[in-house]
Amino acid sequence: MVAQTLYDKIWDSHVVADRGNGEHLIYVDRHLVQEVSSPQAFAALDQDGRKVRCPEAHIAVADHAVPTLRGDRPFAEGLAFSQVERLKENAAKHGIAYMPMDGERHGIVHVIGPELGFTLPGVVLVCGDSHTCTHGAFGCIAFGIGASECTSIFATQTLRQRKQKTMRVNLEGGLPDGVTVKDVILALIAEIGTGGGVGYALEYAGSTVRELSMAARMTLCNMSIEAGSRVGVVAPDEKTFAYLEGRPLAPSGDAWKQAMAAWSDLHSDADAVFDREVTFNTADLAPQVSWGTTPEHTCAVTGQVPDPEREADQNSKSRLRKSLAYMGLEPGTAIRDIPVDRVFVGSCTNGRLEDLRAAAQVLSGRKVADSVKAIAVPGSAAVKIAAEREGLHEIFLSAGFEWRDAGCSMCVAMNDDRLAEGERCASTSNRNFEGRQGKGGRTHLMSPPMAAAAAVTGKITDVRELL
Amino acid sequence: MEKFTTVKSVAAPLLENAIDTDVIFPARFLLLLDREGLGRYAFSERRNGPEPFVLDTPPYDTAKILVTGENFGTGSSREQAVWTIADLGIRCVIARSFGEIFFANCFKNGVLPVRLGGDDMAAVERAAEAAEEITIDLEAQSIRLSSGREIRFDIEPNLKRLLLLGLDEVGMILAEDGDAIKAFEARRKADQPWMSIGIEKLHALAEEQDKNG
Repeated sequence: MVAQTLYDKIWDSHVVADRGNGEHLIYVDRHLVQEVSSPQAFAALDQDGRKVRCPEAHIAVADHAVPTLRGDRPFAEGLAFSQVERLKENAAKHGIAYMPMDGERHGIVHVIGPELGFTLPGVVLVCGDSHTCTHGAFGCIAFGIGASECTSIFATQTLRQRKQKTMRVNLEGGLPDGVTVKDVILALIAEIGTGGGVGYALEYAGSTVRELSMAARMTLCNMSIEAGSRVGVVAPDEKTFAYLEGRPLAPSGDAWKQAMAAWSDLHSDADAVFDREVTFNTADLAPQVSWGTTPEHTCAVTGQVPDPEREADQNSKSRLRKSLAYMGLEPGTAIRDIPVDRVFVGSCTNGRLEDLRAAAQVLSGRKVADSVKAIAVPGSAAVKIAAEREGLHEIFLSAGFEWRDAGCSMCVAMNDDRLAEGERCASTSNRNFEGRQGKGGRTHLMSPPMAAAAAVTGKITDVRELL
Repeated sequence: MEKFTTVKSVAAPLLENAIDTDVIFPARFLLLLDREGLGRYAFSERRNGPEPFVLDTPPYDTAKILVTGENFGTGSSREQAVWTIADLGIRCVIARSFGEIFFANCFKNGVLPVRLGGDDMAAVERAAEAAEEITIDLEAQSIRLSSGREIRFDIEPNLKRLLLLGLDEVGMILAEDGDAIKAFEARRKADQPWMSIGIEKLHALAEEQDKNG
């Protein structure tokens, strides 16, 4: 047999039909449905009088538009409310399970999928959200799709797709103190660029990856899309299986044994050939911070804002000038001297329990600077409950953070959480595009401990000095 | 879906790299539930910014073709990024490269994304900046400039057919591969019974929390 990559194996096992010219019809096992990308998809389904083919393949949950200050506050009108209601109605109409906003199963799609055991190794999982690549941490092919493709999943459970090329990203050397997987993925994007992964499915491998927890692997895979790739995978191992066993929707009993047997082949063969390989040593990495308006505009916290005049071509010069003007930064400014107004800890990138723990470790016994408004937003209700069980909320609250309910929050600014014009935020989210966190808002991407450090000092800070 | 055969128009030059989905369609407008009439929100910040925006500047305000740089549409999966430009009348985007999800979404909405590089792209950029009319002929896979120069472009044959015929992809899948899907599902059920969750289990999980919540 020809040696295969993990991606090839999963892909090949999902080919329903060969449409010729390199196009396959592939079967989709799992679909997460959220409020933003689904209304038009359901509308198209209804318009053509079609039914959801396989209701058990979908879970619906509202995450982007939900308020994160809930409690007694009314959420009963407005566009965001209508969107959440529409999802609920569409789910009920089509027999899809809907996880309500106030329940213990609620959360960001990419946090609850794994938590519930809906995400499994070897499956094809999609969602109308580009950060669906997060689930690849479990050794499945998971990718974001548009609303029209969501309609196709509802009606046919399949998609016409072309197989991607494969790129293995070897991460070696482990992580130094104060450095997290978020720093690794930011540094990788700075190195290969936001277009570097276009056309490729990434497989993360190497000693650094094997040592990572499942939460960290999710953070890694999550930002594959920021490197241009729709798909990022990590081969499943004992950590993966230990994470999943006993989860509510994971197979159990004999089914678990059968699944484990099927999953034993989910790795790239030793002599598998990748279309591209990159190796990246993480042993000497410093904490990373983005300074511009694309994730590739990232450097070490010890670095400086670059000078557009040093760029080789006119296009790069003007792009950089524009970015710095938007960010309100002067060339040559030390990253560590940049003051921040807001801090956001959360999102599908860094809203899991160990992210909150890492931030809390820095915050413990310290206070948020007077000039800073900081919020911590757990990625799911389950993360919130677990964090409170170990008292993390008390650390955040006594430091001066707000402690919110789960949702996408300030990562996407489609809810009440957003930056005001010109405000600067240390954020654990995934995109620093213009306006991403609110019109005119300025985003600096970083890890949870780095964001916590910025909250404490009121400016971007090398967290290693606070450890 | 509207068929795509030939499009003749001036091409609006938006010669920047990495115009992302949040620039094309800011997230706050994603709360709108319909897909009609979204053109008014396209490039909202740019159009309301200090400098005049190319798509509001004659003759480009009637352009059906957009010429841009690398990695156009990078970022989110929002199909609104295609709906919004399609609503403005853009039928073809010529770029050095595209964000992948944006690229795929174009074909579902009768919008042709064309990847060009090198001298060909430079010629198209010049034609766009000079406000010359250019013609896109999908059948011939060519871009004709007013100088008479003809530039060939690549497109996957299946996607070309989708655009040329304005096909409904879901209907096509069910018609052409309905039986293959059924056979796949039967095989999956027999070989991988653990894949199936069971709808009762899912609903029970959703209801369980209803009681708690």
